[in-house]
Amino acid sequence: MSDALLEVRDLRVSFRTDDGLVRAVDGVSLRVEEGETLGIVGESGSGKSVTMMSVMRLITDPNAQFSGEILYKGRDLMKLNQSQIRSIRGSGIGMIFQDPMTSLNPVYKIGWQIAEQIRAHEQVSSAQARDRAVELLAAVGIPQPARRIDDYPHQFSGGMRQRVMIAMAISCNPDVLIADEPTTALDVTIQAQILKLIRKLKEDFGTAVVLITHDMGVVADMADRIAVMYAGKIIEQGTGRDLFYDPQHPYTWGLLGSIARLDRPRPRRLAAIPGLPPSLLRLPEGCAFSERCAHRFDLCSTQPELAARLGTAHLDACHLSPERKKELRVTTIHPELIAEAP
Amino acid sequence: MTVLPRGDDPPIPPAAPLGASGDGEVLLRAEHLTKYFPIRQGVVLQREVGRVHAVDDVSFELRAGETLGLVGESGCGKSTLARCIVRLYDITSGSLFFNGQDISKSSRRQLRPVRRDLQIVFQDPYASLNPRKRAGAIISDPLRIHHRGSHTEIRKRVLELLELVGLSSEHVNRYPHEFSGGQRQRIGVARALALNPRLIIADEPVSALDVSIRAQVINLLDDLQDELSLTYIFIAHDLGVVRHVSDRIAVMYLGKIVEISPAEELYQRPVHPYTEALLSAVPIPDPDLSAGRQQIVLEGDVPSPIDPPSGCRFHPRCRFATEICKTTEPPLVQHGSPDHLAACHHPLSAAAGLAAVPVAVSETPADLVP
Repeated sequence: MSDALLEVRDLRVSFRTDDGLVRAVDGVSLRVEEGETLGIVGESGSGKSVTMMSVMRLITDPNAQFSGEILYKGRDLMKLNQSQIRSIRGSGIGMIFQDPMTSLNPVYKIGWQIAEQIRAHEQVSSAQARDRAVELLAAVGIPQPARRIDDYPHQFSGGMRQRVMIAMAISCNPDVLIADEPTTALDVTIQAQILKLIRKLKEDFGTAVVLITHDMGVVADMADRIAVMYAGKIIEQGTGRDLFYDPQHPYTWGLLGSIARLDRPRPRRLAAIPGLPPSLLRLPEGCAFSERCAHRFDLCSTQPELAARLGTAHLDACHLSPERKKELRVTTIHPELIAEAP
Repeated sequence: MTVLPRGDDPPIPPAAPLGASGDGEVLLRAEHLTKYFPIRQGVVLQREVGRVHAVDDVSFELRAGETLGLVGESGCGKSTLARCIVRLYDITSGSLFFNGQDISKSSRRQLRPVRRDLQIVFQDPYASLNPRKRAGAIISDPLRIHHRGSHTEIRKRVLELLELVGLSSEHVNRYPHEFSGGQRQRIGVARALALNPRLIIADEPVSALDVSIRAQVINLLDDLQDELSLTYIFIAHDLGVVRHVSDRIAVMYLGKIVEISPAEELYQRPVHPYTEALLSAVPIPDPDLSAGRQQIVLEGDVPSPIDPPSGCRFHPRCRFATEICKTTEPPLVQHGSPDHLAACHHPLSAAAGLAAVPVAVSETPADLVP
């Protein structure tokens, strides 16, 4: 049945700690089709990074426990040994990280670091690898690449380092590029440059992109489909239009309401979500969001399923009926409408 | 849904009433405020080989009760300016008047009474609280340092402050690591409020927080302003947040204020091309508006403040730059309303139809399709 490029099935990741079991990812299923951009949105601790780190098999903590399947082109990555997974990292799935300051090795030259990756995956001479590195730097928009290739990471600005990370991630033409908060550490102007670059690479090479972010603006701009995560679970999933114009889960409403937006009149107050995300050590019975939800009712003490309540590919995990949601959400996302009503 | 080009916008609506704005007395005035950091070389004889022009000839006024937003990219000098205002840094030149009194050269001793009225909230709630002190001790420190009351009075005030910022009395004996980021920032706010200040400088107070928590802290600062008639200088790089809290906004680039304007006007009619580029770079959480938008993507990075470009500092990245921009520094002059100043040789005209930030046309949210 599966023609998805990358598919995650019922992934569970938990960490044993002195205080008990931390359930960081709790039954996540995702599909990434060829050439599409999937946005994963959530706050810190929602499990979005752990999910994608697990896909890359980068979690080496001996206290981590995994279950579920991660299928890349039909192969289960969870069952591969270290050398097999290494051949997939980079050439099949590339990844860029949030912090371009710490993802590069400060004591090696930029060009060497890119060439090393190319030579790890392909049988090429070091001169060829170096030429490829220059081409890659040019492709990601580093001026004077032939000269900058012998610079060290500290000689690059934050935005340029992130470009170098992207050059490394695409050096072996991966089918999937996982970008974990690629612009969070950058200024808005530099963020716009990097997002433009990612969009261009996607168009030029047809790479599928998984974009992890907490910024609703960034996913609105970039993603074809979006999954919203909360406390280790996906609570809503659909196309960009579904999520922004027809949001179904009260947590998504809360996220949309708490942004100070430039494209709307200024509300008197932001619709902040009260309280804090639950501890992953002691998740509440039933819906994890129920403690903070203004619309909870008796059903919320049982766990809602992520299901297609609208009968489309738009999934959500909330017990409220679609009709009820339509009534409630406007006032949740735009509280100024109640305040201003006579 | 259609998008209106900015030039066709209806006349600027009055800003939402966030605190008393505008007509209060002048609380703080900076005149030609300058802060250079020397770069020294040499082991024994440290020669000065250069200077970082962190804040360069900045002048502005702040009226009691208003909120001045300060935006710009990292390294533009907004945090340095904040620290100069509370005199955590010595000022290289220029003067600074707080409540009519020149504090630019005051000694530590002279500053003590001023600091009661002038407090700061820092960006990183993880680094700005002493991990070895309990919340109660952190909040009561300013009270003890300034001898505000007896032990029991101080304790009573601490509990009052905790309640004011939305924490409860049970939190008084906890250590910073027992709090979440948002709660820590509330402690930082409580500490700043302890002495009943008149001006609070908030240096990126919500940047380290998650979206939903960020909104809580912004609403808290908003409520406190109403309750305690505070004046704020609010520094952030998130232009949405700054617009939400500010009455007026100053845009900084490489140590200089390039544009200062009433908040709504800045967003609806930016005059400086840098302001326009900044606004245009902000992602918009609306797929259709976002797709239909002409983004201006600035090339390159901010130049080094050690050797800033000649003339207008923005000229190497500016799409309108001409010869004069390289040679002559543009003065900060009035454009549009009397409160709207910008420093540019080629100001954007209101009629140019700026599409930096598309705005949903209808007043009511039309996004929730039936």
